[in-house]
Amino acid sequence: MSAVLDNLPIYVTGLAWTLLLTLIAGSVSLLAGTLLAAARISPVPLLRAGGALYVHVLRNTPITIVFFFAAFVLPQLGISLSYFTFAVIALSLYYTAFFCEAVRAGINAVSPGQAEAARAIGLGFGQTLCHVILPQALRSVVPPLINVLIALIKSTAVASAFGVAELLSNAEALANAESNAVLWVLGATCLFYLLLTVPAGLLASYLEAKLVFNS
Amino acid sequence: MSATLLFDHPGPRARRRVWLFNVIALVAAALLAAGCLYALHQRGQLAGELWRVVLDGDFLALIGDGLLATLKVAGLGMALSVLVGLALMAGLMSRRRWVRLPVRGWMEVFRGLPLLLMIFFVYLGAPALGFELSTFWSLVIGITLYNSAVLGEIFRAGVVSVHRGQREGGLAIGLTQAQVLRIVLLPQAVRRMLPVLVSQLVIILKETSLGFVIGYTELLREGRTAVEYLGGQYSIPVYTAMAVAYIALNLVLSGIAGWLERRLR
Amino acid sequence: MSIPSRLGKGLLALCATILIGGASLADEFPADSTMHRLAEAGKVRIGVKFDQPLFGLRNLRGKPEGFDIRIGTLIAEALGLDKDDIVWVETTSANREAFIQQNKVDMVIATFAISPKRKEVVTFAGPYIITGQDLLVRKGNPLGITGPDDMAGRKLCVINGSEGRNVISRNYPKAIQVGFDAFSKCAEAVKNGSVDAATLSAAVMMGYVSKEPDAFELVGKRFTDEPWGVGVTKGDLPFCEFIEGTLRQAAADGRYEKAYQETVGKYAKDNPPLPPLDPCS
Repeated sequence: MSAVLDNLPIYVTGLAWTLLLTLIAGSVSLLAGTLLAAARISPVPLLRAGGALYVHVLRNTPITIVFFFAAFVLPQLGISLSYFTFAVIALSLYYTAFFCEAVRAGINAVSPGQAEAARAIGLGFGQTLCHVILPQALRSVVPPLINVLIALIKSTAVASAFGVAELLSNAEALANAESNAVLWVLGATCLFYLLLTVPAGLLASYLEAKLVFNS
Repeated sequence: MSATLLFDHPGPRARRRVWLFNVIALVAAALLAAGCLYALHQRGQLAGELWRVVLDGDFLALIGDGLLATLKVAGLGMALSVLVGLALMAGLMSRRRWVRLPVRGWMEVFRGLPLLLMIFFVYLGAPALGFELSTFWSLVIGITLYNSAVLGEIFRAGVVSVHRGQREGGLAIGLTQAQVLRIVLLPQAVRRMLPVLVSQLVIILKETSLGFVIGYTELLREGRTAVEYLGGQYSIPVYTAMAVAYIALNLVLSGIAGWLERRLR
Repeated sequence: MSIPSRLGKGLLALCATILIGGASLADEFPADSTMHRLAEAGKVRIGVKFDQPLFGLRNLRGKPEGFDIRIGTLIAEALGLDKDDIVWVETTSANREAFIQQNKVDMVIATFAISPKRKEVVTFAGPYIITGQDLLVRKGNPLGITGPDDMAGRKLCVINGSEGRNVISRNYPKAIQVGFDAFSKCAEAVKNGSVDAATLSAAVMMGYVSKEPDAFELVGKRFTDEPWGVGVTKGDLPFCEFIEGTLRQAAADGRYEKAYQETVGKYAKDNPPLPPLDPCS
């Protein structure tokens, strides 16, 4: 127990890095994922094909390998950044594919009549998407987006093996230093992750219940 | 909604514009790829001798062993996750509050923990509770704990999405709650859930690679050991081969699922 | 009788001789000793690392190689066992003690540093080699790093959960730690300039220098002392003494030197004698 309480600052620093990773990578991949979803339903065949290829490749690759490419292949290309930035890049690349699919599912859930009506009044593809489809898709897409976000929070743990001193990395160091209290140290780490993920999960359930009720 | 609903059938001007965008996308992609390849070539990363290693007989045998170990954990993990997930779903659908609430709590907790941490915990925690687990079982149990919670939620959402009249009809002809769930709701829900289910199974397959934290030797770890043995300069070819292996494996899995989906229709 | 089958019979006879020979060796040990048990079983399980260059590293055929492996083979031979009678079990830094305590292996030879904390749960034979933490830097040492004190404010690559990371956290807190799960990643990071140095046991890092001498060099000043030993079940003193006896004999007849020269010595270019062995306790 004291192994945890004495080292609380180490946990909190790790938690802060985990949170920062989540926020930056989450924003980037949400934005990029939405753009990619737009590409996947656009009138341009090559954009559609490229988008599909990206999603298939990234979704079927273990995130560890994506991290590896970000942290060790980018420097080979002459791109020299901090490992935190590499981790943000890896997480963003990977989760862009998942956010894209969640957004696309949301777009598919909007009634086809909406798109037809928009086209009937003379809106183009971009206008139809931005003014009619996406605002309505947003409603049904929020719970799945939060589920992807939860997955993202947990995936930040992989950054511990790639030079980022986030929550898990600090916990591992503690577990080694306090080798007689390993289970306490790990248990506390679990609690810190739950602090982030459980509220998000509850929010998703709440929103889902609300949306189902409304429709 | 299919993509074509979002835009009109392109006329001559739109076709020209589409063509232009096509070219821009192609050129941009080609430039990016060429730039990367050139930079890699500059640093000698494309040398034939580095890449020839992925065709080396011993290396391929090693990858084969890794693949087998991955499939073993993934197969068992998937089967157990689906079974436990179904049980959790049944618990969630229970009319009794004292069943529903603990199940919901259990799922929120295990959905919310990083798998990496859970595998670690199972492996190190089991001896403290007085029993031993091999790395294989620690990995399988860790994967099952996490994915059964996720699958339970997916199953629930699928069952809920079946029209309520189906449930009421089942109850009206005298089936019990459990029978309605098993005979009426689940078979209809499964068809709807299949895409989500498959993407979760793909995730399980990839998650076996987290076994590296406790030293379970699967595909990715075999690759890593090979890099340690051959030297860091071989890391790009080896990891590229790993990525290709996982993608191929997952495409096969998705293919089987697609076939199954067509069969179910 | 055709020639092949005659050959087969001959081989069979040979095998039988070896087996009988093994059995007679088992009788040389006290009946209730670990040595007797292992020699009679004709099988020994040795916990080793699979990812440590020069010490315990799996080759592409899946067989481990290195100095730890050679030491294990020496001990197995002293039990009257053959190379093929050894079962190599992979152990990680986190589970070495547990594997001995849970009897999943008969001994652990896995870059296993002897420490007072570990001695509480494991009996150590040895040390069979003494090494220490050193710093790995880019070839030519462009930053002029002479030791961990120079790492204040600089990026130092460490392995998560390793002894090196603990030492750095305790004694050199000003160094900026960058943690990875495997040393090959640290080596890459040093090579491409993402970190200024990396730390690990000198003997293991030598393997990386040897593979890419144009990319790396060692600072060459060890800032810790790490005696590595063979871990056996706590309190199994006869087995510990047997292992130490085997080590002494191997040192006397040159087999220890040969094992060293064919693994670590190839790159270290030195020839240290077997360190003075601690009494078994």
